[in-house]
Amino acid sequence: MFSIFVIPFCLGVLALLVISVIKYYNWIKEFDRKQQTLIRKNILTWKFLPAIWEMFRECLLHWRITKHNALLGYMHRSLAFGWFLLIVVGFVQALVAYPNGHQFYVGIFFNYFEPHYPVSHSPALPFIANLMDALLLYVFSGLTLAIVKKFWSKPLGMKRTTRHNLTDRIAKAALWSIFPARLLAEGATSALYGNGGFLVVAMGRLMQAVGLTSTVLEYNLWTFYSLALGVFFTLMPFTRYMHIFTEVFLVYFRQLGLRDSDSKSGYTMFELSACSRCGICIDGCPINRELGVTDIQGVYLLQAIRNKDLRNRAESIANMCMVCGRCSAECPVGIDLEPVRRQVRTEYAKGIDHPEGFQYLKSLHHFNALGRVAYFGGCMSHLTPGITQAMEQIFQAAGQSYWFMDQEGSVCCGRPLLQQGLVRQAQALRDRNKSMLKKSNATMLVTSCPICYQSFTKDYRLDIPVMHHSQYIDMLLKNGKIKVERSDMRVTYHDPCELGRGCGVYDEPRHVVAATATLLPTQEEREKSLCCGFNLGNTSIDSEQQVLIRDAALRNLLEPNPDMIATACPMCKKAMTRANNTPVSDIAEIIANQLIEK
Amino acid sequence: MINFGYKISTPRSIDMDSADSRLYCQLVEAVPSYRYCIGCGGCTATCSAGQFTDFNIRKAHFLFSRRQYDKLASDTFTDTDLNKCMLCGKCSLVCPRGVNTRGLILQMRKLLLK
Ligand code: SF4
Ligand code: SF4
Ligand code: SF4
Ligand code: SF4
Repeated sequence: MFSIFVIPFCLGVLALLVISVIKYYNWIKEFDRKQQTLIRKNILTWKFLPAIWEMFRECLLHWRITKHNALLGYMHRSLAFGWFLLIVVGFVQALVAYPNGHQFYVGIFFNYFEPHYPVSHSPALPFIANLMDALLLYVFSGLTLAIVKKFWSKPLGMKRTTRHNLTDRIAKAALWSIFPARLLAEGATSALYGNGGFLVVAMGRLMQAVGLTSTVLEYNLWTFYSLALGVFFTLMPFTRYMHIFTEVFLVYFRQLGLRDSDSKSGYTMFELSACSRCGICIDGCPINRELGVTDIQGVYLLQAIRNKDLRNRAESIANMCMVCGRCSAECPVGIDLEPVRRQVRTEYAKGIDHPEGFQYLKSLHHFNALGRVAYFGGCMSHLTPGITQAMEQIFQAAGQSYWFMDQEGSVCCGRPLLQQGLVRQAQALRDRNKSMLKKSNATMLVTSCPICYQSFTKDYRLDIPVMHHSQYIDMLLKNGKIKVERSDMRVTYHDPCELGRGCGVYDEPRHVVAATATLLPTQEEREKSLCCGFNLGNTSIDSEQQVLIRDAALRNLLEPNPDMIATACPMCKKAMTRANNTPVSDIAEIIANQLIEK
Repeated sequence: MINFGYKISTPRSIDMDSADSRLYCQLVEAVPSYRYCIGCGGCTATCSAGQFTDFNIRKAHFLFSRRQYDKLASDTFTDTDLNKCMLCGKCSLVCPRGVNTRGLILQMRKLLLK
């Protein structure tokens, strides 16, 4: 079975295969040592099972997008799952019709070949034909939504959609014409031979009615369909549609335990092209919402790294971000954007990364904290002494001996430097704090600052447990070490970016607040919480802009009309206290105020 | 010359007409809020690095605004060595004029490389 018109399709598939294999091979080669070890260690384990489930759920059903917005999820699902089923059922159809074997493209152009070369007359065929038409209809419903979204994206839960480049738009035109072309071609065949399912037959009747019955037209329409497929497949590796296959790989690698590293690796390449440019990362971003800057979000960061012409913008894009993590939390592909951003910053900060500057730390002496809890307030807590005092009170009430590690003056945890890409300088500070902790023999570390907490848990690799004070207080309350009086205060809780999205600590601070006051829910909380605007991740915006972001967070917190705003970060507290009449307290202060002395 | 026990200090005024303002202008363009600095020294007073060393952040950015870049660039291991800064952000928070001091420090370091 052959006809000249299948050639563009076949060439397209060939191009897609060859280019993808080359690309993927090169990326896999670029995995760093840690990533390679993880692959080797985990490739022969059961981990492929959850990977397959996640691939099915995310790459075909688009579950996470559906959770974001049901209609948008339906759109993506009908295009992805619908097309996938069209291909699979198409092959089954060809298998049933030609049990003695057939060329691989027959499933794609089935209706054309079927009236010419009938082999089997299985009773299943008419059923499959109707099923194929139903699937085509399903895809059409998604296509219609996609077109609606182009002009009116609000119903699909998106205020802003991504701006695409030229190749992307050509590929999109090809993609969007594939399905109408298919229906027209099948309709033309049906007009001549009366084959096909309910939709195709109806199309055929219609074409008959307007006199469109000719083999030339039929042939040209099939050629057009094949061309659309060929163009799309050839362009695919060079456009955002590469995400279709790449996401499958990314899901698998992630399940094997791979993560992005400090410098650009093969894994980063997979992340870069797994981004579907869906644009979901744009709407939630505070830089977009409050400052109206719409070209720095995850999607554009990845684009700027991928695209050589935009490379000179990568630095300013990466620097403009607050590192609040909202975009990564919402990204349906699960791309971790923070390491990618940091890689760019590191690249541009190479010349100024001088750890020699910290020579002076060497002369500082160490302290002994035998068997005690080490308490690290963090730089910011020194500007909010209420928090450190409250913590000291709580330690005393619990009868816990403690060592206030940075009482005399704080050596920063290093995360602010790390966030700016000053990797070696950050390491110098970490080394210093780490050796101080080691020599102290402390058995546990408690910190009041979520930035430090994230740093100590993720970057330090300490061999003692690390707790944020919200977790520590929650623990003390649970095992009865401290007791608090209830008050009739109504409180809203602000999730600090670094504690919530950064470390996944959402519940403990809420338990702590609820232990003494009434906790009111807010519109945007937990994963969706708003940045206080003063996050140290950003060094590009000025205080006027920080204030705009903060005010948005405050509006959300004040909306239920609370008596007090609670937070668990000295930075957030400092930022918000300045702006409003409602008192802002750290949870440690709230608890210290309500302590019942034993 | 007879030594009367007095010294003549070298004048510290800068001739703005002959000073090279290019780097300074680039700095202000990158960190517009630097124009609001009143030199109060709040940043230096709270500075984390300043607690352990003689590092003086106000002096450092003041030198920059006086176009004395060479002094700033060559001054390693001195009180204006910008590499001593831990980027902890306390200075930004206490600044009464809302100067983005961390941005300022990073930009100064990047500009001095040139
Ligand atoms: S980064 Fe994630 S959310 Fe943003 S466009 Fe890409 S896939 Fe969508
Ligand atoms: S981390 Fe926050 S500020 Fe940065 S791009 Fe994402 S949402 Fe925007
Ligand atoms: S605290 Fe602000 S205004 Fe005062 S010297 Fe420092 S930067 Fe200038
Ligand atoms: S950011 Fe640097 S200059 Fe500012 S207080 Fe911290 S150490 Fe000092």
